[in-house]
Amino acid sequence: MKYLLIMHQNPAVFDALTGEQRNAVMEGHGAFMEAIKESGEMIGTQALGDPANTVVVSVRNGSTVVTDGPYVEAKEYIGGFYFVDVESEERAYELAAMIPDAAIEGLGIEVRPVMFSAGMEM
Amino acid sequence: MTGTRIEDLLRELAPQVLGVLVRRHGQFDACEDAVQEALLAASTQWPGDGLPDNPRAWLLTVATRRLTDEWRSESARRRREAELAVLDPEPVGAGPGEAAAPVDDSLTLLLLCCHPALSPPSQIALTLRAVGGLTTAEIAHAFFVPEATMAQRISRAKKSIKQADGFHLPAGTERLPEVLHVLYLIFNEGYTASSGADLHRPELATEAIRLTRKLRAALPEDGEVTGLLALMLLTDARRAARTGADGSLVPLADQDRARWDHAQIAEGVALISGALATAAVGPYQLQAAIAAVHAEAARDEDTDWAQIVVLYGVLETIAPNPMVTLNHAVAVAKAQDPAAGLALLEPLEKDERVSRHHRLHAVRGYLQELIGDRAGALASYLEAARRTTSLPERAYLERKAAALR
Repeated sequence: MKYLLIMHQNPAVFDALTGEQRNAVMEGHGAFMEAIKESGEMIGTQALGDPANTVVVSVRNGSTVVTDGPYVEAKEYIGGFYFVDVESEERAYELAAMIPDAAIEGLGIEVRPVMFSAGMEM
Repeated sequence: MTGTRIEDLLRELAPQVLGVLVRRHGQFDACEDAVQEALLAASTQWPGDGLPDNPRAWLLTVATRRLTDEWRSESARRRREAELAVLDPEPVGAGPGEAAAPVDDSLTLLLLCCHPALSPPSQIALTLRAVGGLTTAEIAHAFFVPEATMAQRISRAKKSIKQADGFHLPAGTERLPEVLHVLYLIFNEGYTASSGADLHRPELATEAIRLTRKLRAALPEDGEVTGLLALMLLTDARRAARTGADGSLVPLADQDRARWDHAQIAEGVALISGALATAAVGPYQLQAAIAAVHAEAARDEDTDWAQIVVLYGVLETIAPNPMVTLNHAVAVAKAQDPAAGLALLEPLEKDERVSRHHRLHAVRGYLQELIGDRAGALASYLEAARRTTSLPERAYLERKAAALR
């Protein structure tokens, strides 16, 4: 079963951390990556750019419009994700709990199942 | 020889060659890697060079060389003279007393790969590679993960077994339930709607049937092994009819039964009838018996639902599980009345193993539709559509809901 473990970034929360705490988070991600690579559960992971570099592209009357979008102002945004393949929902929760951000007050890991194209006979 | 036939041959030979190597040298992990490399070499060389006179001996020779190469580099690193003795083996065929024991080797390897220290995904991956002779790339492709992920899963699985008991070969067949479960999971993984994107997926259902046939050849008297094989054959027989031209799911009741594979049904029915007459009953045999009752109905309305109710009743007694209760409820609704079926769902609504599962909502919707509760059915189908993580299931449930608006 595939899940996206989504990390929501909140600069206010992150800024309030001590340097030591921030280092612990960074190192925690390294250890987490090692762990899920070693277990054969990691499909991929990416960190996403800051909302300052984020735009919204839309097409109106045939013209492409690029705007800053509403996200620059957002208090919270998607900072990155881990894409994992695990044996069960419980295991996905277990992995989410291992991500250092999960232990920070004000932050949590969003666990989203990834849709698949197989189906059971109804 | 065509690529497909070479592939079939390689899959057939893989566990035989691995079995010989493990009996000679122990070290399941190193032997398994060596066989995998020999298979890869064969799959690139044979199509061009033609098939060797004795393909099994060829694979054994190449795998043995890989194994000794591996030891050579290791022993050089460690400067261990003792291992140098194995450096220059003659090309090997089967030694005396090593004439093919393919049936027993496959069984031993299956029992080894389905080690209880491993999670099901790891048991599946290792089984497909060591016993099924699939390459890591093929297994990765079948499960839609990168090859590196699958390679790591397999090497970790081998490490876990080594740590647990050093590849101690299981005595007897006490691990048989795990083996059956793994084969069942492989089958289910493969028994899926083949929508466009999945067309090139290796046939896991076919592979599961092939491995279960091997297992039955080793244990012909075991009722559950035969029951599982019958269940797979009877279920797989419906494959052509269970998806529409556009990849959408066709429920059992609406399937064109002329498109079922009737030869496969006949084989499945014969197997399950034989097992039920001679062996102690078990969950796989009961599920196969239920599949056989469906398969024997010429039209959906001819289905002997009373018989299915009885079979699910027995199944609930010997192997209770919420999914069985759901199917039992559908059978009761069809054999007796929908309200009786709905009543059976009530305890499940509070059962956290299934209360959030789309299938409970889908079944409830179906039974509500049968008693004429359109609003209730609509709400249930929509809830089920929200909860499933399968795209074709969601499409099917949304169609059911749309029909009620």
